Amino acid sequence: MPLITDTGFAPDDSPALIDMEALPDAGEGAALDLPLDADIAAIVPHFNRLALIVVPFPSFADGRGFSIARRLRALGYRGRLRAAGHVITDQYPFARFCGFDEVQISDILAERQPENLWLDAQGRAVPPFLKRKARGWT
Amino acid sequence: MYRYDEFDHDYVRARVSEFRDQTRRRIDGALTEDEYKPLRLMNGLYLQLHAYMLRVAIPYGTLNSRQMRTLAMIAERWDEGYGHFTTRQNIQYNWTKLTDVGDILDALADVEMHAIQTSGNTIRNVTADHFAGAAADEIEDPRPTAELIRQWSTAHPEFAFLPRKFKIAVTGSPNDRAVTKAHDIGLRMVLSDAGAPGYEVIVGGGLGRTPMIGKVIRDFLPKADLLPYLEAILRVYNLHGRRDNKYKARIKILVHETGIDDMRAQVEAEFERQMREEGGPLVAPDPEHVARIAAYFTPPAFAALPDRSEGLESAMAHDAALKTWVENNTSEHRAPGHAIVTVAIKGTGEAPGDATTAQMRVLADMGEKYSHDELRISHEQNVILPHVRKDDLPAVFSALRKAGLATANAGLITDIIACPGLDYCALATARSIPVAQDLSRRFAAPDRAKAIGNFTIKISGCINACGHHHVGHVGILGLEKSGIENYQITLGGDHTETMAVGERAGPGISAEEVGPAIERLVDAYLDRREGENERFIDTYRRVGADPFKEALYAA
Amino acid sequence: MARTFKPQIVSANDLAIGDVVYMNSGGGWTRKLAEAAIAHTPEEGETLMGRAAPQQAKVVGPYLADVALDDDGRPFPTHFREKFRTRGPSTRPDLGKQSANPERREPLAASGGI
Ligand code: HEM
Ligand code: SF4
Repeated sequence: MPLITDTGFAPDDSPALIDMEALPDAGEGAALDLPLDADIAAIVPHFNRLALIVVPFPSFADGRGFSIARRLRALGYRGRLRAAGHVITDQYPFARFCGFDEVQISDILAERQPENLWLDAQGRAVPPFLKRKARGWT
Repeated sequence: MYRYDEFDHDYVRARVSEFRDQTRRRIDGALTEDEYKPLRLMNGLYLQLHAYMLRVAIPYGTLNSRQMRTLAMIAERWDEGYGHFTTRQNIQYNWTKLTDVGDILDALADVEMHAIQTSGNTIRNVTADHFAGAAADEIEDPRPTAELIRQWSTAHPEFAFLPRKFKIAVTGSPNDRAVTKAHDIGLRMVLSDAGAPGYEVIVGGGLGRTPMIGKVIRDFLPKADLLPYLEAILRVYNLHGRRDNKYKARIKILVHETGIDDMRAQVEAEFERQMREEGGPLVAPDPEHVARIAAYFTPPAFAALPDRSEGLESAMAHDAALKTWVENNTSEHRAPGHAIVTVAIKGTGEAPGDATTAQMRVLADMGEKYSHDELRISHEQNVILPHVRKDDLPAVFSALRKAGLATANAGLITDIIACPGLDYCALATARSIPVAQDLSRRFAAPDRAKAIGNFTIKISGCINACGHHHVGHVGILGLEKSGIENYQITLGGDHTETMAVGERAGPGISAEEVGPAIERLVDAYLDRREGENERFIDTYRRVGADPFKEALYAA
Repeated sequence: MARTFKPQIVSANDLAIGDVVYMNSGGGWTRKLAEAAIAHTPEEGETLMGRAAPQQAKVVGPYLADVALDDDGRPFPTHFREKFRTRGPSTRPDLGKQSANPERREPLAASGGI
């Protein structure tokens, strides 16, 4: 299952994932598989021990992951953040904006949407409000 | 009027080429129809019964004559010579070819228009009072707010895959002409006790199969907090709105199931979290930017005129048709000697909201020549000339009349809203346009329509309620019963600030029965009203539904 | 009560222009209902749908629709929605399949490619 970052496809190098129940006992550098209905406030105290949080995308039309990512970043999570599942190339810039560092997709999807399409997607239309924001809205 | 800056220009062009690319990938097979559909919908492209339909945004209903001419040109060049103005201040082209869409979008971009987010589970084209900037009763022009929301919501990366569509409307007047209580979010401009302008925020309204009237979530929101607050509502909705059932996915259901108080607590918590964010909320705009937007909506320099126009008065004295039209289709303007003109796209026997290429060009001419180059689209599917000198009304009337656009029925019984229904729409269960056409012929006599007074009939071709039938004084809903079209009548709906959802009158009736039944209903109203100024809805509220139900089913 | 099987055809919309099309006996597409391949059993219906499935690049949303057969065995629609699809808007007899010149809009599926 390829991992996609700004430089293209990369092999999956992630540590084994733990679930919410294992979180209180997790050691330094743990990787958390976050359910979509998790209480995010409850994981804030564990942020500094987490090296990776994986947010599932059961379907590309289910946009909850985008809000979860924004909330994690707003609450101060600075580790790696991954969107995993059914994400399509057109969503890559959205995922990056919301705070994801990388995307992971299935091999079948990767066959239909190969690396070059993901690289192309990076240059996609940046929403004007973000550009204005970058310039201090002036 | 707002003019695009470099960011808007770049973005809209980039979206056109992105759409061309997506379409290419669809044809090549990189994208399945399931994946392509939400992408084309984000660009306003639907597949209807007979063809693709392209829905073009007219943000907050405001456009200039150059833009109107482009809409006419598109109808002529790429469509079948007409377009359909909708209740959400959009225009729809019914015969678009997939392979032409890129070119159409480029033509729109040439005049600072687009079809972005006119469909799909996104924040839709934001609507506003069509009398904005002209109405005498206005606290503040709602359009700078609407433009700010347009900028924020366009391609918002977090909110492009919401549980369901999301519609926002803004009004600047106490008289609500923007149907704010039937929107996912309605914003009403209000003044604080200290006199500062802000918003009353209404959430969870909507029509569709479960009509709900929006509830106040915040009495007073300072203007500067608008975007972080909207962002908070949207985030709560995106995370918790139902995704298991598309009929329960709108925010109205979340508000209903959560309760407005609990919902408010969640939204306020999310809002507070943003206010504490490092460097302030990500989306709080710079006041300078807000001021720059507002400057685009500075009212035109209205000539200083006496309020009474002698020219108009004497023309009306000689021309009864002009007089009727002026009395019916103009509204009070804030500047003396000026009027707001409602051009009815509701000719007798015509499809409500359909305008031909030639009519669009006449409208563009009228806007350019007589209305400071401004036109508006109203949610009643009419076109507004917002700033016309009373002295010019006879000339405007005569030009409109030549184009078949001078029907004097604004707000009257033949000013009918109707959705496309089964003549075009893939979701429809029955036709709606022929019902509207039949009713418009039955009540075509101007004197009779005038005697009946303010009376709204709204028709939808299925339970989705695009024709607002729930909030018509009389609502007509087209359904299917045992393989034939069948129409359910609702009574007592109201789309204004006193919003009410109509009550079902009884069993559905056949298409042929609708016209006679409505005629009997109108007669029953005329018999019972107390004085000429008592509108149908007032009589209905006074005497109740029974006499009208009886009249409907009297046959 | 077991449903007695009604004859069915496969209908869809053309990918390029959206026009209503029907699957013919060769597995291709026609804009005329009279030329549609008819399934007389559920199995035949599945076979037709099976042929439609890989044709994503030509048509959108193939589905089985009931038809009745006239004395010559030609299909005609039974539901009013399908009747409209064979014609066009009832309010605009000049447009759609019912118009004098429906061929001016050339579908992709019936012509073989963009
Ligand atoms: C022709 C293609 C159209 C399709 C497929 C379509 C689809 C829908 C659907 C599915 C809903 C229900 C949404 C829900 O309750 O979740 C809806 C609501 C609505 N649509 Fe349409 N619509 C179409 C045309 C129009 C037109 C032409 C107008 C304006 C005249 C319009 C304005 C609205 C409005 C005002 C609502 C109800 C308000 C709301 O609750 O959102 N739509 N539409
Ligand atoms: S109300 Fe139904 S028939 Fe009418 S446009 Fe909406 S979805 Fe179509």
